[in-house]
Amino acid sequence: MSNLFFLLIGAISLAAALGVVLSRQPVHSALFLLANFASLAVLYVLLDAQFLAAAQVIIYAGGIVILILFVVMLIGHGSEAQPAGQRRVARVTSVLLGLILLIGLAAQVLTRQPAAEGIASGGSPSDIGAHLFTHHLLPFELVAILLLVALIGALVMGRKLKPNLTAEEGES
Amino acid sequence: MDTTWYLVLSACIFTVGAAGVLLRRNALIIFMCVEMMLNSVNLTLVAFSRQWGNLDGQTFVFIIMAVAAAEVAIGLAVLIAHTHHNPSVNIDEINLLKW
Repeated sequence: MSNLFFLLIGAISLAAALGVVLSRQPVHSALFLLANFASLAVLYVLLDAQFLAAAQVIIYAGGIVILILFVVMLIGHGSEAQPAGQRRVARVTSVLLGLILLIGLAAQVLTRQPAAEGIASGGSPSDIGAHLFTHHLLPFELVAILLLVALIGALVMGRKLKPNLTAEEGES
Repeated sequence: MDTTWYLVLSACIFTVGAAGVLLRRNALIIFMCVEMMLNSVNLTLVAFSRQWGNLDGQTFVFIIMAVAAAEVAIGLAVLIAHTHHNPSVNIDEINLLKW
């Protein structure tokens, strides 16, 4: 039953990943990305990581995809114009490089003999919290600083240019 | 389900993301593909965390999520700032830093 469920969710996840790459409209890509993130959250539940499943839905599906969708609606209507011959070369090269990467990764994964199944240590919020605050307190504090820096940086870069700066742009 | 199959799925999603970065020219879609690659590695970490009965992997994933959120905010802000100069999001035309 669990195996069937894994196959189903894994297929949805992979199909959504392909949808992100292959759909023409950036908005459709963003929605496929949402499907991919949601199916990964289901896989986290299958892997006994309940807290991460919730965090995945809140941070990725609720935060990042919405942010990406807003930006797509602001600026995402550009064309992907490229000379036809160059585009074909690029496509063939990308698919070939992707296949080589897939073969390499799959060979690594499938030839290693996995160790015996460990004892599941649980992934409930209290488990993760206790582990985070006893073993990884410094990274946790650094993440707080990182998020503050990112917030300020995004504000500084996202604001409008000053009028004298734009005037210089116009002259040059 | 065996950990190996989670790793195979993760490898497949990572490959699709990497191919998307090479294939697409829209900066926003390249961004989404990078996010997808980050997520596939998160899946690997959670699978190994269960395999070894160790919570370090899940803690890493939590921190990676925070870093990814910061990265998205900064990256999209850079893109928005770039559109003040040039309204295109075609990655071939974004060359302000090119010598």
